[in-house]
Amino acid sequence: MFGYALRRVLTAIPIVLITITVCFFILRLAPGGPFDGERALPPDQLKNLRAYYHLDEPLIMQFFGYIGGVLRGDFGPSMVMKDFNVSRLIGIGLPFTLTLGFSAFIVGTIGGMIAGAVAAVNQNKWPDYLLVAIVLVGIIIPNFLMANLVQLFFGVYLKWLPVGGYQPGSLIHLVLPVFILALPHGGRVARLVRGSMIEVLGTNYVRTARSKGLGTRLILARHALKPALLPVVSYLGPGLSYLLTGSLVVEQVFSLPGIGKYFITAALNRDYGLVLGTTILYVFIILALNLLVDILYAWLDPKVRYR
Amino acid sequence: MADVLVVDNLDVTFALHQSEVKAVSDLDFTLAEGETLAVVGESGSGKSQAFLSIMGLLARNGKASGRAMLGDVNLIGMSPDRLDRYRGKDIAMIFQDPMTSLNPTLKVKTQLAEVLVRHQGYTAEKANRAVIEMLERVGIPEPVKRANAYPHELSGGMRQRVMIAMALLCKPKVLIADEPTTALDVTVQAQMLDLFKNLTNDFGTALVLITHDLGVVAGVADRMMVMYGGRCIEKGPTDTLFYDPRHPYTLGLLHSTPHVAKRAKRLDPIQGLPPSLEHLPKGCAFHPRCAFRFERCFEERPPLLPVEDVREKACWYQGELKYEAVA
Repeated sequence: MFGYALRRVLTAIPIVLITITVCFFILRLAPGGPFDGERALPPDQLKNLRAYYHLDEPLIMQFFGYIGGVLRGDFGPSMVMKDFNVSRLIGIGLPFTLTLGFSAFIVGTIGGMIAGAVAAVNQNKWPDYLLVAIVLVGIIIPNFLMANLVQLFFGVYLKWLPVGGYQPGSLIHLVLPVFILALPHGGRVARLVRGSMIEVLGTNYVRTARSKGLGTRLILARHALKPALLPVVSYLGPGLSYLLTGSLVVEQVFSLPGIGKYFITAALNRDYGLVLGTTILYVFIILALNLLVDILYAWLDPKVRYR
Repeated sequence: MADVLVVDNLDVTFALHQSEVKAVSDLDFTLAEGETLAVVGESGSGKSQAFLSIMGLLARNGKASGRAMLGDVNLIGMSPDRLDRYRGKDIAMIFQDPMTSLNPTLKVKTQLAEVLVRHQGYTAEKANRAVIEMLERVGIPEPVKRANAYPHELSGGMRQRVMIAMALLCKPKVLIADEPTTALDVTVQAQMLDLFKNLTNDFGTALVLITHDLGVVAGVADRMMVMYGGRCIEKGPTDTLFYDPRHPYTLGLLHSTPHVAKRAKRLDPIQGLPPSLEHLPKGCAFHPRCAFRFERCFEERPPLLPVEDVREKACWYQGELKYEAVA
């Protein structure tokens, strides 16, 4: 089990390197640069700026300089927001994005699992139909529309919850964003759990468990849940990385200070350092989560360990 | 000997989209303490469904009616919660396919110990010790190691031994084995049957052996019940049915079974196919394939009636069954 985990960690290293390389050169290929604005800068000023950020060096030298910085943990300066370096900006936005993403992940995953299991046990009865309908609505309606609807209903009409914004430590500001972010995720989890649970409940080994007189609750908890979660677990990794890297729209609609905001503005401004920094962070998050899923998978399904 | 299981008027029906299918009709039988009853029939004869219904394990669209008295409780129509007090404890079942009947995600010992914890109130530790003991008893070498293994780490024969151990942990009064040797190598089959015989003897467990393999029946069963089209068509002591079958179907089954000793030149299969339960023929369900049929068989279904003292058959034909007539 440990050897398996170690192998997986080692294969992640080249993936990170390849991503950095590809992103670095693609960014430089894109037209425009960090100092292009409405009004062109005077040539000597531009020259000074380029020299200051080493943009006048050969591209390959810049590349190795950047890699060297990354290896030392330095993601360089932000070329647009002059007073900040990339690490600092990420340091400000990341905790919020993580809080938002993880809360939505936990709420959505647990809610989805419960909904899926309840639907599966009541297959083709009214609780099943009701849950499947809710889940479909949650998945189909795009989150910016759903966000506006809940803002209108709970924020403007009922005045129960704030429409947007954030104050540090205020849980009530997180309720609506977390709900909106969790809804499609929970819906997908519910669909997966329902499907695999129905399949598992029809297997021979669940029949064996029933023949042993174990009782419904024990059969569900011990015999059906673990194998039914297998396909769900492989979705959870991508699901969580989607929540962490895709909370951008929700952050925008609710005016929340997360990292997604930097990513978009940086890309539009050709802020090379900041785009690369956030990309590396996203890649790291995705890889780490996939790795976690693989390890979890090996625990759930003993047969995987021997591959 | 007292009867441990008395089945009376058992019907099993499955609801389809528009219609209903009757998989088992009007089944009666008794099972005495410690006895072995073989239930024989082709696929679709209702033999498995009859016993799944007794265990409360029918598919969602299945419904059973009638009575199956285990001691003085009727298992048919009992709520799953109440049924759980008896299943696994007083009445246990072993299934055909040991490869898929064990949970792939749980260790062998977990799947065994839980039976004792549930029904006998053992502590986990005491249950684990009893599990190791039982695994040794069913002939599993290195039982401690095997107990900590996952099912996929065991061979098919080993897994079926685990299933047997699991079913016998509470020393049930009745053990139902549904084609327990079908999925196994022939060499392992004989060992498995010996094991069944020894263990059920030791524990005083009555065994129901569901099979289509008459070779399995011969050495093990005290009595035999032949099913066709959801009904019992002949039953009686195994020896009398083997040497002196009275129902044409039983005769046909015997002649379509390979026999090493007799060295028959060729096997004689029963002509035709088993009937679909949705469209059972009028009259006797076997008449389209029967060599002894006459007018009455087309119109009226023969009831199961006693012949001599110990046996019953459902057939209008009362003459002598000559094998030549089949061929």
